[in-house]
Amino acid sequence: MIAAILVMALGAVVLGAALGYAAVRFRVEGDPLVEKIDAILPQTQCGQCGFPGCKPYATAIAKGEAEINQCPPGGEEGIRKLADLLGREAKPLSAEHGVEKPKSVAVIDENLCIGCTLCIQACPVDAIVGAAKQMHTVVDSLCTGCELCLPPCPVDCIAMVPIAETVETWKWRYPVIPIKPRQKVA
Amino acid sequence: MLRRLFAFNGGVKPPTHKSSSTRAAIATLPLPPELVIPLHQSIGGTPRPLVRAGQHVLKGQLIGAADGNISAAIHASTSGRVVAVEARVMAHASGLSTLCVVIAPDGEDAWVECRPVPWRSLPGDQVRDLLRDAGIVGLGGAVFPSHLKLKPGPGSRGSSKGGLRHLVINGAECEPFITCDDMQMREQANAILAGATIMGELLGAEEILVGIEDNKPEAVAAMQAASGRLGERGGRIQIVAVPTRYPAGGAKQLIRVLTGIEVPHGERSTDYGVQCFNTGTVFAIHEALEKGRPLLSRIVTVAGNVERPGNYEVLFGTPMDYVVARAGPKPDTDRFIMGGPMMGYAMPSRQVPVVKATNCILVGSPALFPPPAPEMPCIRCGECAKACPADLQPFEMYWHSRAKSFGKAQEYHLFDCIECGCCTYVCPSHIPLVDYFRFAKSEIWAREREKDSADAARDRYEFRQHREEREKEERAARLAAKAAATKARIGIDPSAGGADTDDQALIAAAIRRTQSATTDLPPAGESGT
Repeated sequence: MIAAILVMALGAVVLGAALGYAAVRFRVEGDPLVEKIDAILPQTQCGQCGFPGCKPYATAIAKGEAEINQCPPGGEEGIRKLADLLGREAKPLSAEHGVEKPKSVAVIDENLCIGCTLCIQACPVDAIVGAAKQMHTVVDSLCTGCELCLPPCPVDCIAMVPIAETVETWKWRYPVIPIKPRQKVA
Repeated sequence: MLRRLFAFNGGVKPPTHKSSSTRAAIATLPLPPELVIPLHQSIGGTPRPLVRAGQHVLKGQLIGAADGNISAAIHASTSGRVVAVEARVMAHASGLSTLCVVIAPDGEDAWVECRPVPWRSLPGDQVRDLLRDAGIVGLGGAVFPSHLKLKPGPGSRGSSKGGLRHLVINGAECEPFITCDDMQMREQANAILAGATIMGELLGAEEILVGIEDNKPEAVAAMQAASGRLGERGGRIQIVAVPTRYPAGGAKQLIRVLTGIEVPHGERSTDYGVQCFNTGTVFAIHEALEKGRPLLSRIVTVAGNVERPGNYEVLFGTPMDYVVARAGPKPDTDRFIMGGPMMGYAMPSRQVPVVKATNCILVGSPALFPPPAPEMPCIRCGECAKACPADLQPFEMYWHSRAKSFGKAQEYHLFDCIECGCCTYVCPSHIPLVDYFRFAKSEIWAREREKDSADAARDRYEFRQHREEREKEERAARLAAKAAATKARIGIDPSAGGADTDDQALIAAAIRRTQSATTDLPPAGESGT
């Protein structure tokens, strides 16, 4: 009887020590799920989801504090990918967080810009160059189209311009078979 | 001299339709009223325009400078006045516009000064830069900048010297209707072989193999005669007739047939001591080095629904309908196809210019190329896999491309597909397999671009946060340092005493300062007198 208890106790101690060691030795820094969700999010850092950036939103989704349909730039496809990853039901984009728009970049009307630097401070990815009382301009290859620079502008000189398709970015269309009504035989 | 040939798997034998366009010699065209020269004509960066509207240019003058090393320059095809530098519809399946230089020819066709390149005495890098600035790209249809391929590999495998073992010159021209390489080999064999000799020396090649499909006996004979005329210097050159089987003209397929080397997935042929160039490219390299002339024109086959099919030497920028008008298009013409019936695609307009990639303008009509039969479900018969010259499984790739599961399609090596069209040709269910593969490839590229830009945005966002944090810390540190300096100046040891004594000392110091200031200042009422 005592031998059995001792054996079980010894087993518990050994296994406990092994588990404790493994928990320290193989500790995962950060939450891998957050990283995976963050990789799906479009990184516009626009805050339309109600969180200050894509990473905080990813953290909130991982904790189950946010729905997966709060990211308008990610659109339907982003929601579908998140649903696949998390095993949740895909749902339409939540209307209160905005609507899906074509990918755009901000363009500053350089004749109107007064050089107030407010947009530079608002840009989450440092895509606007300029200095106080000097004209500002957007580096379009870096702009994520988050629209965060629009509200602070005191002279409303920033417009969102959709990105045009070029020969380099053009995609072959999904093959579809044109269905034509059969011509009447006279 | 018989050489052991190898075979590639798959391939098809479509009717060649080549005889009608080889009856007449290569013809030249009068200058068109307007040349529209797109700046983007090769793989890689879009050249920067160097001319403005209203400027006069000479034939061969540089009008677009290569953008980086993976790019090729663009030149004025004739002398004249630049009418505009504007976006025009491009010879591309998308029908989108790109920046073009529009030139109104002055009729004089006056050349810039052309000097032969002393390539023997120049270092290799300089010769490659000169070829890039001469706008030399692969004229077989892929328009890959040639100077990038003219680098001898670092100690190629299986080679006794550091250089290349086999230099393959591709004159196979397997696609139906196209005869531009055939006619050029018949008429300009000497120049092609001279070019091949130059390239052999640049690459340090041990042997030069010219592969020509055996349905072009005239071209084989002309090249063999030219090789004989070279005598001792032509010792390394072998003209080899290869069996006619589409796509024997694919670079990997021709290398396989001539040398037996199979270049594995994701590796380059240079690593295996072999490199492949089209005959037109070889001719262009000869012109560029021996005469100093940049690439301004190419041989274009006009075939299909025309009265007089044939080959023309066409300046880049010539509108396609201007070229086709010479060959007499039949009235029921409904489209122009750039390339052949297997790999070509319909042009968005008949006025699009001839570019470096235009080896053939195939004139189509509903009778000649009837609309494809309706697509039926895939029955998994495996005919496409038997026909695939790249040893792929098109039915699996089709399945996953159709379902838009692109990761799976890539697992079946979608990017090894050369879009030759053999699978579409043999499919009993009339499935346009290549269309699905093109769709999947461009979709995957678009996603990669999006992912790259998202990653870059994430990096910049994180860097900005890091920077803001650092600036906050630096400001705090600066303020603390300033406070410490102030304390030191007014004679308090910052390390001594608690907060209370500190505060009291500060207050005392402030009172002292104020008192001394008031005694120093003149009384308020007397100011200004």
